[in-house]
Amino acid sequence: MSDGFLSPFEVETPAGADGWEEMYPYYLLFDPARRESEENRFWFYNGMHFPEPMPAFDMITAESCYLSIGLYQGRVFSIPNVLGIEHRVVNGYVYITSNEVSDEAEIAKRLETFLPRIGFYYENWDTLVARWQAEVDARIERLTALEVPRLPALEDEQELIHDHKLGSNYRLMAAYDEALHLYNELNQLHFELLLLAYGAYLTFFQFCQGAFPDMGLQQMGQMIAGYDTTMMRPDDELKAAAAKALELGVDTAFADGRAHEDVLAELRSSAAGRAWIDDLETRKHPWFFMSTGDGFYHHHRAWADDLRLPFAAITGYVAQLRDGVELDRPKEQLLAERERIAAEYRELLPGDAERAQFDEMLGLCRHVFPHAESHKFFIEHWGTSLFFNKIREVGATLAEQGFFESAEDVFLLNIHEVHEALSDAGLAWAGGAPARGTVYWPPRVARRKEILAALADWTPPPALGVVPEVINDPTVQLLWGVTADRLRSWASGGAGGGIDGYAASPGVVEGVARVVRDVNEIASVQQGEVLVCPVTAPSWAPVFPKISAAVSDIGGMMSHAAIIAREYGMPAVVGTGHATKRIKTGDRVRVDGDAGTVTILED
Amino acid sequence: MFAVPFRALDLADVALVGGKSAHLGDLIQAGFPVPSGFAVTTQAFDAVVAERVDELVAGIDPEDVAELEAKAEHVRAVVEELAVPDEVAEAIRDGYERLAAELGAEEPAVAARSSAVAEDAADASFAGMQSTFLWLRGADEALAGVRRCWASYFNAEALAYRARHGGAAGMSVAVQAMVDARVAGVMFTLNPVTGDRSSLAIDASYGLGVTVVGGEVTPDSYLWSKVGRELVRSQVGTKEVECVVDPAGRGTVLREVPDELRARLCLEPGEVARLAELGREVERHYGSPQDVEWAIDRATGETYLLQARPETVWTPKRAAAETVSATDRIAAMYLRGGRITL
Repeated sequence: MSDGFLSPFEVETPAGADGWEEMYPYYLLFDPARRESEENRFWFYNGMHFPEPMPAFDMITAESCYLSIGLYQGRVFSIPNVLGIEHRVVNGYVYITSNEVSDEAEIAKRLETFLPRIGFYYENWDTLVARWQAEVDARIERLTALEVPRLPALEDEQELIHDHKLGSNYRLMAAYDEALHLYNELNQLHFELLLLAYGAYLTFFQFCQGAFPDMGLQQMGQMIAGYDTTMMRPDDELKAAAAKALELGVDTAFADGRAHEDVLAELRSSAAGRAWIDDLETRKHPWFFMSTGDGFYHHHRAWADDLRLPFAAITGYVAQLRDGVELDRPKEQLLAERERIAAEYRELLPGDAERAQFDEMLGLCRHVFPHAESHKFFIEHWGTSLFFNKIREVGATLAEQGFFESAEDVFLLNIHEVHEALSDAGLAWAGGAPARGTVYWPPRVARRKEILAALADWTPPPALGVVPEVINDPTVQLLWGVTADRLRSWASGGAGGGIDGYAASPGVVEGVARVVRDVNEIASVQQGEVLVCPVTAPSWAPVFPKISAAVSDIGGMMSHAAIIAREYGMPAVVGTGHATKRIKTGDRVRVDGDAGTVTILED
Repeated sequence: MFAVPFRALDLADVALVGGKSAHLGDLIQAGFPVPSGFAVTTQAFDAVVAERVDELVAGIDPEDVAELEAKAEHVRAVVEELAVPDEVAEAIRDGYERLAAELGAEEPAVAARSSAVAEDAADASFAGMQSTFLWLRGADEALAGVRRCWASYFNAEALAYRARHGGAAGMSVAVQAMVDARVAGVMFTLNPVTGDRSSLAIDASYGLGVTVVGGEVTPDSYLWSKVGRELVRSQVGTKEVECVVDPAGRGTVLREVPDELRARLCLEPGEVARLAELGREVERHYGSPQDVEWAIDRATGETYLLQARPETVWTPKRAAAETVSATDRIAAMYLRGGRITL
């Protein structure tokens, strides 16, 4: 292990991707001018959040998150030995490293600030969650109301002369800035409470491991699992819509593999069908702002904008309801089980003092942890979907000015380049001559599309640089599953016949694998199959009632695949690194959710 | 009082019958499946041996390893021949006859096992320093077994141990109906390697449990999760021999275990679950981790507990927990960090 991983400066650019660096801001690239310090650090691939090469604009999702994580860890909560996370792009993929404090005096000083500050948060949690929600709601409201102007041939007399509004070119830039600001503000809020929720969880876990060295994260998860959260609600609405289809007798419209346009056309032709559509409309807001991804890429559209996923899910639920399958998550059972497990561990503690601490930590965890799931809906799904749609409107204006073929092309420019393009477009529109952007951007956009396609076929190494002796940031282990064992396995290239990952949810299942690389393919999953995917985002929930086990390339114990699998009581192995590459659809596999292994039984 | 049935004993009787018998009585009273038997009390030991102890051990230097064993052997021979007062011998014979009547057998096989007053104390791993005599039949053999147990008070290890740690004011003997074990062994109601109390470890081998306790075989081992209520892992031991009743019907012999039986686990999953459940109940009953000997009857498949005593290696290590606030604990968590150390 001492020799570490490949230097970030020695990573080769895959064929066809030359010039990828130009897509990204200078500050996100490794720089030979500071090679020594950069290559002697430990960088790991954050495939959990960024499993695809980053379109230029989408880098804002990483930047915005790391702005906030560092702000809170380093400058607000003053976590004694951990500052923020730095990120870099390598061949379009996001690598991160944790900045740590090693000076003992500095740690002690930071601790003095840390204790009262986090104490205030935990003591006033409910009030602060309410404050958080109000601030998030206000920003979502402003984002919803934000108008992105087009550039008309002539300004409106009323607006410019009588109402004395700013010109459309000025307002266009202001709207773009406002959208970016609101998105960044939402991401500041993103981590305010989340880090503390993880902190409580990790603390309880360490307490439990001290008392019960044999206990895994899995048992830990089971003690906290079963909470009802906002993130389950969109899926519940799809189940209700499926039930409504049966109730109205229009369920035959939902045939497997049928395009949602055809389903809707058939439904519109009958009164009962129209009643179903009306019912669905009442269910959409805000739950169809659920993204088909994790909320970090522009092309993962909200359900409302891409009905394929919700309709595929409703079709599946309709079939299950017809077969008499109970669609509700076994919530009562899970809650009873989590109480039993917690009570038994509690009883096994050596004394009443330990039991009192166990109660306090478990209580705190259960109190603060639901936020760790529910925040996702408001930030990564609702807020982010709105944000990307506003940027699409900016893209539409630029396309209208001849910069792009399609509004979607705006996502091939990074946030700073969009600014420049808007300056260009605004000036040219005012000046009355064609913008340089009309000839400057089309070839670059085309080239960047080629580069991204080439980068998509490249497999990013799990880590780069030099492994430190100790990694202090506990979230690295919890969220990303970076442990000493995992590092050794990465360093050895995942040697051995098996596929090893994190034992995320207990049980052993054998079944036929279905490899799904894109969320839009989930309609292909058949009943009882083992889902093998790069990373499961929350919006994959509809597929869970169908599958018998889940395997992911990326993810730690708190990743969504792990949480949902535990809720459904099915085995899951996450963070395997390369399951989607080793397993083929149709392979018979054994998923051992206790040992964290996946075995290919036959092709 | 020289002999008392187990079922009349409880933990208040430790001074009278030693830890082993007191626990067996307590377990029977709590409804656990424990083979019947009776305790030959420390009063009996006192009446026969106690007054002679100083005289017997005079001239023995427990530090003199070279001489100790020979001298101890001589003392034991003397003790086995000491006259047993009639009322003591009668009480033991009577205890045996009553046990026979209870079991409905003419000459039930019994084991005589020493139950020293200090032996099962939670603070001293004093186990195994006295002897066990198996498969004794008839009142005469039972009495002879008791006398040999008394003599074992003068085993070299016991002498050395008492010289260092003191204690062991006297000795009682447990006379217990034999279980003709198909499989037997030891169970710790925690993981003896990590000290994890949510785990439970079982060592098991064919025949009587002496081969496991005495380290004569490599047993199968099982690790059970109490909370998960499932077998976490199991390992097949080599189990070369088993201790069974001598074909003549008295005493025991070691015999080889056939290869096909050696190659597989000797406990069925249901048996592991049943044992673990019993272990959990015993632990609950005493409120602390336990070290349990058990056996499964060859003919009936019934599981019996032969002994239970507090686990002594990990249990005392747990210092009383400090009271730490949640925020201090969270700070400590960050300071310990992810602890990825390579």
